[in-house]
Amino acid sequence: MPNSKSAYSFSNKKEKFDTHIIVVWVDNETGVLARVVGLFSGRGYNIESLAVAQVDEKLKISRITIVTTGTPQVVNQIKLQLRKLVPVHKVADFKREDKAVIFKEMALFKIVGPNNKLEGALKACKKYNPVILDKTKKSNVIQITALRREIDKMSKDLKKFGLVSVSRTGAVAMTRGADIFK
Amino acid sequence: MSKLYSGAEIVFKCMEDQNVDHIFGYPGGAVLPIYDELQNFKSIKHVLVRHEQGAGHAAEGYARSSGKPGVILVTSGPGATNVVTALTDAYMDSIPLVCISGQVPTHLIGTDAFQECDTTGITRPCTKHNWLVKDINDLAETIHKAFEVATTGRPGPVLVDIPKDIQFQKTNYKKPKKENKLNGKSHNHFNKNSIDQLIDLMSKSSKPIFYTGGGVINSGPKASELLRELVYATGFPITSTLQGLGSFPGDDNQFLGMLGMHGTYEANNAMHDCDLMINIGARFDDRITGKIDEFSPKSKKVHIDIDPSSINKNVKVDLAIVGDVKTVLSSTLKSLKQKKSKFLKSNKQKTSKWWEKIQKWRSVRSLDYIGSEETIKPQYAIERLYELTKDKDSYITTEVGQHQMWAAQHYKFNKPNRWMTSGGLGTMGYGLPAAVGVQVAHPKKLVIDIAGEASVLMTIQEMSTAVQYNLPIKIFILNNQYMGMVRQWQELLHDKNYSESYTAALPDFVKLAEAYNCVGIRAKTPEELDDKIIEMLNTDRPVIFDCMVDKVENCFPMIPSGKPHNQMILGPKDQENKKITGKGKSLV
Repeated sequence: MPNSKSAYSFSNKKEKFDTHIIVVWVDNETGVLARVVGLFSGRGYNIESLAVAQVDEKLKISRITIVTTGTPQVVNQIKLQLRKLVPVHKVADFKREDKAVIFKEMALFKIVGPNNKLEGALKACKKYNPVILDKTKKSNVIQITALRREIDKMSKDLKKFGLVSVSRTGAVAMTRGADIFK
Repeated sequence: MSKLYSGAEIVFKCMEDQNVDHIFGYPGGAVLPIYDELQNFKSIKHVLVRHEQGAGHAAEGYARSSGKPGVILVTSGPGATNVVTALTDAYMDSIPLVCISGQVPTHLIGTDAFQECDTTGITRPCTKHNWLVKDINDLAETIHKAFEVATTGRPGPVLVDIPKDIQFQKTNYKKPKKENKLNGKSHNHFNKNSIDQLIDLMSKSSKPIFYTGGGVINSGPKASELLRELVYATGFPITSTLQGLGSFPGDDNQFLGMLGMHGTYEANNAMHDCDLMINIGARFDDRITGKIDEFSPKSKKVHIDIDPSSINKNVKVDLAIVGDVKTVLSSTLKSLKQKKSKFLKSNKQKTSKWWEKIQKWRSVRSLDYIGSEETIKPQYAIERLYELTKDKDSYITTEVGQHQMWAAQHYKFNKPNRWMTSGGLGTMGYGLPAAVGVQVAHPKKLVIDIAGEASVLMTIQEMSTAVQYNLPIKIFILNNQYMGMVRQWQELLHDKNYSESYTAALPDFVKLAEAYNCVGIRAKTPEELDDKIIEMLNTDRPVIFDCMVDKVENCFPMIPSGKPHNQMILGPKDQENKKITGKGKSLV
């Protein structure tokens, strides 16, 4: 009912969405991921990809990397809302275009086919540090690390070489140079 | 070796150290060990409610009227799910609550055991934080931290879920740690520079307004004192949100009344036309702003809030001051006195035109209504209630709907913590249990729940609680037999299709009062209203007052849907000439 009179307001603004990578340092305790992810779904924020693992065994700190899209106002809210969560220590925010930050995703491709196809697949992956993790006469498992859109492209391109299965991670991020995010 | 305490004992030891004197709860299988210990802790009194939602709202009423956190004790499963509405309500209105819930024993968690539910999962989005305690050695620390999280920063509800086996296990008791910073999160992030900027904006403004909210109340009574000092020192007009009522005297000339959807004409127009808006502890809620694109288009906006995520959430502001209202106001006053000791004098001329404009809006008398000699107008009922109770330092709670807005418009509050109403969540059924909690905190004071007949039926069972503990709360029902606000929206916006908004089989509230062993009073005509109200006030027992009011009265003024502040509906225009003024109404 776009014209219902009792709706208090309608949004007709069309704003530009930016892609941001949000990095969150949290206490590695029960339910902490649910709190972070629940905040995103509850407030209608997007999650494009997610990567999480404990990075400090002694202090029990986990690092969560979330790729999200939103207007500048929404991205700002995401940061501020995350900082309110009790187990959250700090929150960093990088624009995808940011040259001072490295972003990487990893993918595993299983290729099944004759030798010439297996070789073709490996060749196609050449630019993305391919590593053969498993090899049989009929199959290869190839690992690559690359950007999201590059992996998207490879997932398509490798079809013709007998790609049967893809497994990929969310993005992880790190600043370039000697500085670390405080 | 020091003494070992059971988990159940530790729950109460923690409460003792947190100065808890009342808890609101309902026993059940998974909290029996805790209830078993209750008798051994004489300083903690338990109030047995009739439904866990009632415990939650009672704890809210207790917290809002006393400034202390409200404490709830419920069992697992349905006990916990029943309290969810109250936790969400407290989350929306920033009320400190600590809810202790029982859980099935740890080895049964995840087996769909009897009365098991994922309590921490269910309450995660409606609490500031929650904990499932799986190790007895974490229990004391967790409960102390729960109190700290609930009461610091922007207050809110927390929940501690304790499995039954943990309640039996024994360990040492740990006292609360003093300097336990929450991951180093402090609450004041402003510097002198931003206070200077604020004073600069204030001295340049010719059309200023203070827009204040519940944050002032939450910051403590001192914040209200400082607010008054600042408002008088500047001579600026002030308006308040629903939650902020009482932080500034409602009968003061500088007060423009409540703003927002059912706010006064002068408050909303002043918000729209001002050149400087100073938001203190309010959050630019949609019921306040109206159409956001056209919200106060010409003003510089300052936002003082303890919660950084409130800044620029709905409305972009020019100057943000993140901090506790009390601290910010005290710095502002200090700087103002140092720098511009004659602020009021120099400013009077500058804002005189603005005040003239405000007086013009005021002269519209947007809260006036058409009186009647035959039927009780709901606004008239609130006015009489106010006149007959204003010298008594009374505490008012409400349900949600038209009666709530009329109460906000026509009852004038002069002190903070006297007005308890569900704003953010808009929970029908809030007022009666909240009144129970308020009366528990203030046994000698007059506590009135201004109610609607539909709302009050949602938690009417708590009358039984009031009777059990001799809590002489007064339930003042504006009975129009409709869900009035629903009916009003249907009339104005859904072509008078009154779909399911009429309650055809209401109980006889006087008989209902008698059934609960309290007192029922009914008023049917304006003529008898005063006598009946006085009869209610003279009754030292719980009272249900059935005030039969005009069935089709609408709540005005009103900002209609999708409209900005300066396009209000004032009331039924065709009857405008019959409007009578405030003093005249007492003759009806």
